[in-house]
Amino acid sequence: MSTAPNSSPPLTKVKRSNLTASRLRAALLFLAPMLIVLAAVAGWPLIRTIYLAFTDANLTDLSSAQFIGFENFYAVYDGETYGLLVDPEWWNAVWNTVKFSLISVSLETIFGMAVALVLHASFKGRGIVRAAVLIPWGIPTIVSAKMWGWMLHDQLGIINGMLMSVGLIHEPIAWTANPDTAMWSVIMVDVWKTTPFMALLILAGLQMLPSDIYEAAKVDGVHPVKVFFKITLPLIRPALMVAIVFRALDALRIFDLIYVLTSSSTNTMSMSVYARQQLVDFQEVGYGSAAATLLFLIIALFTAVTLTAGKVKLSEEA
Amino acid sequence: MKIRATLLGTVFAVAGFGAANAAEVSVTCDTVGQGHDLCVKQVKMWEEKTGNTAKIVSVPQSSTERLALYQQILSSGSNDIDVFQIDVIWPGILGSHLLDLKPYSKGIEKDYFQPIVANNTYKGKLVAMPQYTDAGLLFYRKDLLEKYGKEAPKSWEELTATAKEVQDGERKAGNDKIWGFVYQAKAYEGLTCDAIEWVDSFGGGGIVNPEGDITINNPNAKKALELAASWVGNIAPEGVLNYMEEDARGVFQSGNAVFMRNWPYAWSLAQGADSPIKGKVGVAALPKGGDNGKQTGALGGWQIAVSKYSKNKDAAASLALWLTSKEVQKMNALEGSYNPTIPSLYADKDVLKANPFMGELLDTFSNAVARPSRATGANYNKVSNAFYNAVHTVISGKATANASLTKLEKDLKRIKRKSW
Amino acid sequence: MHKKIKTSLFYALVALIVVVSVFPFYYAIITSFRGGTELFSASVLPNSVNIRNYISIFEEQPFGTNILNSILVATTVVTISLALAVTASYALARIHFKGRGLLLMTILSVSMFPQVAILSGMFELIRALGIYNSLPGLIVPNTVLTLPFTVWVLTTFMKELPKELEEAAIVDGASPFVIVRRVFLPLMWPALVTTGLLAFISAWNEFLFALTFTLVNEVRTVPVAIALMSGASKYELPWGNIMAASVVVTVPIVALVLIFQRKIVAGLTAGAVKG
Repeated sequence: MSTAPNSSPPLTKVKRSNLTASRLRAALLFLAPMLIVLAAVAGWPLIRTIYLAFTDANLTDLSSAQFIGFENFYAVYDGETYGLLVDPEWWNAVWNTVKFSLISVSLETIFGMAVALVLHASFKGRGIVRAAVLIPWGIPTIVSAKMWGWMLHDQLGIINGMLMSVGLIHEPIAWTANPDTAMWSVIMVDVWKTTPFMALLILAGLQMLPSDIYEAAKVDGVHPVKVFFKITLPLIRPALMVAIVFRALDALRIFDLIYVLTSSSTNTMSMSVYARQQLVDFQEVGYGSAAATLLFLIIALFTAVTLTAGKVKLSEEA
Repeated sequence: MKIRATLLGTVFAVAGFGAANAAEVSVTCDTVGQGHDLCVKQVKMWEEKTGNTAKIVSVPQSSTERLALYQQILSSGSNDIDVFQIDVIWPGILGSHLLDLKPYSKGIEKDYFQPIVANNTYKGKLVAMPQYTDAGLLFYRKDLLEKYGKEAPKSWEELTATAKEVQDGERKAGNDKIWGFVYQAKAYEGLTCDAIEWVDSFGGGGIVNPEGDITINNPNAKKALELAASWVGNIAPEGVLNYMEEDARGVFQSGNAVFMRNWPYAWSLAQGADSPIKGKVGVAALPKGGDNGKQTGALGGWQIAVSKYSKNKDAAASLALWLTSKEVQKMNALEGSYNPTIPSLYADKDVLKANPFMGELLDTFSNAVARPSRATGANYNKVSNAFYNAVHTVISGKATANASLTKLEKDLKRIKRKSW
Repeated sequence: MHKKIKTSLFYALVALIVVVSVFPFYYAIITSFRGGTELFSASVLPNSVNIRNYISIFEEQPFGTNILNSILVATTVVTISLALAVTASYALARIHFKGRGLLLMTILSVSMFPQVAILSGMFELIRALGIYNSLPGLIVPNTVLTLPFTVWVLTTFMKELPKELEEAAIVDGASPFVIVRRVFLPLMWPALVTTGLLAFISAWNEFLFALTFTLVNEVRTVPVAIALMSGASKYELPWGNIMAASVVVTVPIVALVLIFQRKIVAGLTAGAVKG
């Protein structure tokens, strides 16, 4: 009768360590295929880019590339400074990208949350509405960017046409041409396009919440707003954070949308547009790779900050 | 794909049939509808003539994407494409990967427009043969100019005044959507074309002269940019700062602009059956800058080049020469209104019959200003980028012409360092 | 009465969301029926209904093949990434080992380079593998684009599931593989379907790799096919055709969501077993 409580702790301990060992083996087995695929495919392109960042490689003749240390980042010739770190255009691109990312990801989070909450409620025609909401994300960016380009056209665009016909504006607005509105146009289109991504991920988070919590809150007569902030939000925080991180990764690397809407105008140039310009248009593979590497570091920094701020513990116990 | 081709090749070789020199080459054609169809036809003719086969590779319409693809393929030394159709500004950029066509052309290039042949010569090698050419033109509304008793303007100052007068008059008459002048002023290669026309017409040169000296910071260029800066918001909508070719055509063809700068392609579309301005459009060479200026137009157009990594150089060169031959160019002019690069075709009766306005274009092409892609070589895109950004800041009112040109000169010197 | 106002407000919100999402698509539809100068019209109403753009997109290029290619590539990419990610995310979420956080960050860092920067390296790799200009040549790089995303999302959701579930299974002597398959998979449906859908759409819309790694129309995917469309003359944008093509390729996406969206509503099960 009384032996069980006395003898069980050591037994469990042995069992546990056996279990841990077998679970670790399982972990290795489970991770291996994914890591092998990732390393096999992504390894070379990434290493190559970082390596090229320290060379003077040029597309005209890639084979004559030479190692030049940090000269792509900072160098002094005849008293004049060269390199990314002293290039005002690069810093302009960094600033544009950061501004764009902060504003658009914040808006997308708010709208995405609202849309997710609406889709979480049960109502007639929910399936159709879900499909409709996903359409902006489903249209290829190269097409939707061009489409918005035409819709925002100052003379022929449907947006100015509608705003003028209802009397909201009297003069057509040059959305993408005016330096003051160009960035906002890009942000607006990006929010339109990627809110569904955010909404769907948050929705999945909501759907995986245990429903009895709500029922308990309902019974207690807690105000829905309070339920949202006190119960729902903390519970979906992990899903929300992962959505924000991936949105931020994409926003910080934004390329297509800006490239199509405003080309290489300095008003809206992003880090990726800058990197592409160096890599492709200017054939400066070394310098462009340096920009890409710096972009990588900036993104890594932002991700770390976001994860810390969102209290995401990567190695916490399950 | 490749394995199959090799296998087939072996089978044919063993069986002992097929011409001894029969080869397969890959070629990129014109991307646009009619040009593509013509190219397919011409490639077929070549196959029948030579017994070789050619595979047509489709490429994106956007020339920036096309250049990126070409660079990717060429810089890796891949032989996936043998014959490339390249833009007039690319010989310097792609030149190091292209085959010298001189041993194959046997001097025939002297029958072509010499400025284009010079443009296609990279470090003494003839890296591409001219296929067809293009130059900026002024389109105007004949009916509106007649209504106000005006002629097609001879100078940019005259254009500014006429555009203003017609625009104000038409607005008073109730057409509040009308603008005086539309063109391409987005920060992209098209703005380099437009702006080099303004500068050159004022006698301000072509950014960098053929010897490679930076010439852009001069009083004439300043005058040109100051005039252009006065247009935005005055005779041109602010949105023009983000217009490309089709944006400008959209406004003009909807009947909402008096003047438009565009490429010859806009002509047949503006005269299309459903066009509201059908029969009301006139075309002229671009105006002069001031009384001492000259009429000019930015040189555009496409060339045919051969990759030096090609496995079948002889066949590829023969196809390139065929696609740019007089016979093919005449066919392109007759069936597709493409502007030939051989001057004698502009006197050809059949060509003139099919394209009545082509005779007049000969002048424009002879006077056309080339973008400095030859002098600046592989650095051309950097130069063009610095130039269109400098112009864009001036015409969007963010900097004065003086300040912007001084900065541009400094930036160009930095790009050049010791040599291009 | 109060409830009625609330309900109508709710439906007004739903209507607003739908209108904002769908309006540009509506614009695409009305534009796809236009041709010539009509394309420059700013009218909100359709001018005419003309399906010639729809016919010409299938006539001028193998657009049907392009759609099939896209479906094939995107489906394979999603299948591979989900299969690799499900087991990996179990290890990352439920098994405690050293360096887990570092590993997660390393996986994420693959998504931190701009695509254009890794293009050249990927091009060399694809050619070295001998899959240039073929569908596998698109599947391989796309997998790299979606894998970090699927691993991260599934890990996050896997972490959230209650501990008790697993413990009961361990006590029953179930192997980790059985635990994943029998215990977690059924509960993960909302996350799996969502991740799968989002990854599918990313692969479906990928442009840069698809353009660079293919040469002939027969192996090209939808976004590239659309970018290759051209007007009758240089500079002319075949706007009607492009819009018609966009409408056509959105149909499979909508169908996909309609089929799979039922699976997103599986959360109730998760609640039922909460310990």
